Amino acid sequence: MSGYIVRRLISMVLMLLLLTLVVFLLFSVLPTDPARLTCGKACTPEVIAANRHNLGLDLPLWQQYWDFVKGIFVGRTYGSGTQTYSCDAPCLGYSFKRGEEVTTLIKQGFPATFWLATGAFIMWIVVGVSVGIYAALRRGKWQDKTVMGISLIGYSLPSFFIGLVLLYFIILKWELLPYPSYVSPFENPVAFFQTMLLPWIVLAILYAAFYMRLTRNQMLDTLGEDYIRTARAKGLSERIVIRKHGLRAGLTPIVTAAGLDLAGLLGGAIITESIFSLPGIGSLAVNSVVDADLPLIVGITLVTATFIIVANLIVDLLYAVIDPRVRLV
Amino acid sequence: MSTNSSTGAGGNYLDVRDLRVEFPTEDGLVRAVDGVSFTLQRGQTLAIVGESGSGKSVTSQAIMGLHNRKSANISGQVILEGEDLIAMSDEGVRKLRGQKMAMIFQDPLSSLHPFYTVGKQLVEAVRVHQDVTKDAARKQAIAMLDRVGIPNPDRRVDDYPHQLSGGMRQRVMIAMALLNSPTLLIADEPTTALDVTVQAQILELLKDLQRDFNTAIIVITHDLGVVADMADEVVVMYGGRLVEHGSVRDIFHRPEMPYTLGLLASMPRLDHGRSSRLDPIPGLPPSLIRLPKGCVFRPRCTYHDKVPNGLCDTERPELITTAPNHEVRCHMTADVRRAIAVERLGARIEETA
Repeated sequence: MSGYIVRRLISMVLMLLLLTLVVFLLFSVLPTDPARLTCGKACTPEVIAANRHNLGLDLPLWQQYWDFVKGIFVGRTYGSGTQTYSCDAPCLGYSFKRGEEVTTLIKQGFPATFWLATGAFIMWIVVGVSVGIYAALRRGKWQDKTVMGISLIGYSLPSFFIGLVLLYFIILKWELLPYPSYVSPFENPVAFFQTMLLPWIVLAILYAAFYMRLTRNQMLDTLGEDYIRTARAKGLSERIVIRKHGLRAGLTPIVTAAGLDLAGLLGGAIITESIFSLPGIGSLAVNSVVDADLPLIVGITLVTATFIIVANLIVDLLYAVIDPRVRLV
Repeated sequence: MSTNSSTGAGGNYLDVRDLRVEFPTEDGLVRAVDGVSFTLQRGQTLAIVGESGSGKSVTSQAIMGLHNRKSANISGQVILEGEDLIAMSDEGVRKLRGQKMAMIFQDPLSSLHPFYTVGKQLVEAVRVHQDVTKDAARKQAIAMLDRVGIPNPDRRVDDYPHQLSGGMRQRVMIAMALLNSPTLLIADEPTTALDVTVQAQILELLKDLQRDFNTAIIVITHDLGVVADMADEVVVMYGGRLVEHGSVRDIFHRPEMPYTLGLLASMPRLDHGRSSRLDPIPGLPPSLIRLPKGCVFRPRCTYHDKVPNGLCDTERPELITTAPNHEVRCHMTADVRRAIAVERLGARIEETA
C-alpha cells in the first residue's frame, strides 16, 4: 500500500512537470511580449529591455522553464545587481501585469473559490443523492418520471443562463438579496451567506441534476443485483435490504465522481464566479487569459491540475477502504 | 430439530395449487407461471426441470414470496404446513423467509454481498430470526461453516466472498440458508456455475444435510444429471405450464410428454458412442406474452399430426393422470405416447407397471 502511494506520488510529480512544460511552450509561441506588459503606454524601449532582462525573459526558453521549475521547489530571485526581488518557494512565478507573486494571487483567490465549491458541493450531494435514491425506489412511477424530467431540465440549462436570471430577478428586480460582494465568513457571516446563496444554487443545480441521475441509475443497478435478492431471501426487512445492502454498494461509485468534481471546482468555477463577481480562482483565470498574463496562467493551471490529480489519488485510496475487492498494488 | 414430519391440509408439507404469476409489461401480460400445482413432503426432493424462461425460477421465487406484489400478479395457493403464503401479509412471509424456508442461488459470487465478510452476512442471517448476541451468532455461523465442509471455519469466517473458491462460496450460501434450520430448502440451479467435480460435492452435501434435517428440497435445474442424482419427484415445465409430473422413475423411464422425451433425447450418453448424434429439440421456447392458442409445445412438437382434427392448434390440453402419481399434458392417447417414447428412447423405456 505505501509502495503504491509512493509510486503514485512520483507519477503525479512527473505528470505535473509535463503539464507545466506544455502550458509553458503553448504560451511562449503566443505573439505577445510579456515584457511589454510590465509598464504602461509611456514606456520606453530601454525600460522594456531592462525589465525583460530582470525577469529573465531574454534567456533561452529551456532556461526560463528550468528557472520556473527550480522556483517551485527552492524559490528564485528575479533581477540582478542591486535591484533584486526574491520569490520564496513554492514560487509559481511573478505576474508582470499585476506586480505580484503568482502564489500570492492564487492564495488571495482561493478562499472565495473554496467556499463556493464546498457550499455547492454539500448542497448538490444532499439534494442529488437523496432525490436520486428516492427516484430509484419509486422506479417507473410518476415521482421517478418527475424527478428525471426535472433533472434533465436542470442538466440542460447552462449555468450562465440560470445565474443571470437569478441575478436579474432576485437581486436587481425584487431586491431580495443585496448585490454580491464577497466577504470572509469569519468577518461577516450574514453578508457572506447573502453573497454566496445564489452562486451556490447556480452551481449546485447543474451538479445536483447530474447526481440525481447517477445515483438513481447506480441504485437501480445495485437493487437488481443477486445479493440483494439473497438479502431478501434471508428475511431481512426491506428497509435493511436497501439501507445496509443497497446503499453501501450503490453509493460507492458516487464517491469517485464526487471527489473528482469537488477537486475540479476547487480550481475555480469560471462562469459562476464571473457572474457574481466573486474574487476566486475562476475569475482570476479569466482575467489572466484576457491579459495574456503568462505566469499567472501557468500557475493557475498547475494548481488546478494538482487538485485533480491529488483528488484522484485520494479517491483511489478511499476506494480500497470501501471496497474490499480493490487491492492497490 | 424435530424430525417428525408435520403436515398441513391434505397431509402434504408443501401444497402448491394452481399457482399463477403474471407480470404486466408495456408489451403485454407475461404469463410466467400458468396454473402450476404440486405437493412435497418433508425429507423428499422435488426437481423442477425446464429450459430458460419455462417459469421454474419464477415458481420458486413465488413460493419464497420474493416477487414484488405491486409489479406481479400472483394467484393460487402456496400452502406450507397449512398456512397459505399467497394470502399471507408481506411481513408474515418475510418472517418465514430464511427461517422456515430458505433458498440458495445459481451464482454464489454474485449472490453474496461483495462488501461484507462471510461472517457478517451469516451473523446477519442468524440475527434476523433469533434474538442472540453477535458473539453467539458468530459461533453458530462458524459451526455451520464447519458443518458444510469449509476448512478452518474460524478463519474463513472473516474472509470476503471474493477470497473463496466457487465451491466454497456455494457452501457458504448453503450454510447461510441452513442457519435457522429451515424445513423447506429451494435450490435454484445450485451447481450450474460450478466445476463438475465441485458439483458432485455440493449435491452430496445437500443430500447429506437433507437426511440430518429432514428437509423438503425443491431443486430447480436444467441438468438431468442433477435430477437423477437428487430427485424423488420431477415436475417438467414448459412455457410457464407444468407439462409432466411424476416420480423420477416415471420421468426417466416412462416419459410420455414429447417435450420430456426431447429433453431426455438431447442428453449426451456415453453408452451411445460418439458417432450417434445428439437429438436436440428444434425451435425456441415460446414468448410468454403471445403463447400459442392450443398446446404450448405445439410449434416444436413433431408428433402433432398424431392428434386428429388439429386439436393441438386449437385446444389447450388438460393435465391428465396417465398412471398413479404421473400426470401428463398432451392430446395424444396414452398408447400413442408410449409407442413414441419406446421409438425415441428405446432400451431406456420400462414397461408401465
